[in-house]
Amino acid sequence: MTAPLLSVDKLDVRFALRTRRGLLPTWIDLRAVDSVSFTLGAGETLGIVGESGCGKSTLARAILRLVPAAGGRVLWLGEDLTKLDDDAFRRRRRDFQIVFQDPLAALDPRMTAGTIIAEPLRTFHPELSRAAIQAKVAATMRDVGLAPEHINRYPHEFSGGQCQRIGIARAIVLEPKLLVCDEPVSALDVSIQAQIINLLKRLQRERGMAMIFISHNLAVVRHLCHRVLVLYLGKAVELAPTERLFARALHPYTQALIAAVPVPDPAVERNRSKLVLRGDLPSSLAPPSGCPFRTRCPKADAVCAQSMPALLPVASDHTVACHHAG
Amino acid sequence: MFAYVVRRIAAAIPTLAVIVTIAFFMMRVAPGGPFDLDRALTPEIEARIKAAYRLDQPLHRQYLAYVGDVLSGDFGPSFKSRDFTVAELMAAGFPASLRIGAAAIVLAILVGMGLGTLAALRQNTSVDYATMGLAMTGITIPNFVMAPLLTLVFGVYLALLPVAGWNEGAIRNLVLPVIVLALPQIAYIARLTRGSMVEVLGANYIRTARAKGMPERIVVVRHALKAAALPVVSYLGPATAGILTGSVVVETIFDLPGMGRYFVQGALNRDYTLVMATVIVYAALIIVLNLIVDLLYGVLDPKVRHP
Repeated sequence: MTAPLLSVDKLDVRFALRTRRGLLPTWIDLRAVDSVSFTLGAGETLGIVGESGCGKSTLARAILRLVPAAGGRVLWLGEDLTKLDDDAFRRRRRDFQIVFQDPLAALDPRMTAGTIIAEPLRTFHPELSRAAIQAKVAATMRDVGLAPEHINRYPHEFSGGQCQRIGIARAIVLEPKLLVCDEPVSALDVSIQAQIINLLKRLQRERGMAMIFISHNLAVVRHLCHRVLVLYLGKAVELAPTERLFARALHPYTQALIAAVPVPDPAVERNRSKLVLRGDLPSSLAPPSGCPFRTRCPKADAVCAQSMPALLPVASDHTVACHHAG
Repeated sequence: MFAYVVRRIAAAIPTLAVIVTIAFFMMRVAPGGPFDLDRALTPEIEARIKAAYRLDQPLHRQYLAYVGDVLSGDFGPSFKSRDFTVAELMAAGFPASLRIGAAAIVLAILVGMGLGTLAALRQNTSVDYATMGLAMTGITIPNFVMAPLLTLVFGVYLALLPVAGWNEGAIRNLVLPVIVLALPQIAYIARLTRGSMVEVLGANYIRTARAKGMPERIVVVRHALKAAALPVVSYLGPATAGILTGSVVVETIFDLPGMGRYFVQGALNRDYTLVMATVIVYAALIIVLNLIVDLLYGVLDPKVRHP
């Protein structure tokens, strides 16, 4: 394996929520991300999957310091980013960019596509001439499948898929080493989703970027990612190479997620045994004792209620947090 | 765009006509007349004066004749300031009013948006509460209270600034009137800016700008302030109206030779033509400024395009 580009070490994110149960307001800590660790090599794509509200987006945003981390470290090529002050961190942002979920809302409605894509260039490369920036913007637009003639259009004049292409263009224009994609296609039509996924896959391959791809669509993750991290209630429950995870998932939650992916063959789909989860995701304000998944887990027993299973390796590249794994 | 401007100006004509009509008849409904003096005039002289100013004719005749005069660009003679036409008085008063009015609106925008942005960036801190508390005070204290108060403090006790007078438009003489005029607008604009700024700062594209690596200054000024300025721009129409009505009081209190003072004097003296001319100029100003605001809105918001 290549030397880690990014290394996330026991990252915690907490939100203080105010409740009005008694006379005086009290603050409750919501542990959105709870001691999550993983590493990412250059040019590698890591998928982060989990249900809505499990902390996928928060984890990504905490790595990029778009929400403050409560604890843990984020190492970039061995350097601890959490120790940098805001301005020093800002200057590093050219190396790690993010594509957001809602393509239209993520674009400033008062700027043209060209200005949006050019802005990072003007900030990080003030030495570039107007013509050079113009050329770079046009080339990047072409690369993401936008017509450079549309450079002076405003976001609301584009379709959702085109807006996401603008979002991708402005993220890759600085040639970052890491691209974080926070559910980049969940707001798009299915036919457009495929186009954007394939665009990301091509850009990742051509530019050799590392990518963190957040999704709740396992089929997409399988298509794109080298490794997959499964989150449940803010905790990492399983991390494994994609094909190994789909073939031999060990955590019951991962198994249930994989079982929920429909097989595009009616005969197989009808006869296959499915592990269906009951109940809802417990509230992160009052997580269950011990293993967070025990309230919905078919294998849960007394041990699960007592202690949180540690994330332990079952193979050199496969870790899982379950008392009954294997 | 040009067609839009022409259409808006055409639509303003009926508005002006209604304003002129209402103002004309309201002035006449007010008891007394321009030539009612403590000392009664002889009937012959009174009849002659009334004939000279067409006051002997039936009201509808006077109205039609006045409208005809105005349409041909003649605002008539002043009833009280003899030897002066109303147009001459207006020409004398307008520059002074324009000067303090423009200064007040510029001050209101700069200080108001500055304070609002500061409060939004320091949301729910003591800076925020202090600014918004002051703004509330600014809105609630009327100008006829604020003017004497400031005069008392800065003019009398501290003796830093003149208490009143024009003094050929010296800056020192304009400070207090401009501040009194601008204060309520500063307060209102600060509250508007804070509200929209708080909302905009939570928008997804602001997060995008930060994620891109834009310095905070650029995020606030280039991305957030432009969006947060929209409600302020739409408020500029009412703000100018507020400053115009405020100038009536402020010019009278500070004894400044502007249109507002003529308006008050004209109304008290029943100087019909002078009041009418002030009303027409005020109305036209507000109509034109609102048009400018709407055009500016189109510039700031690409989704608003005037067909």
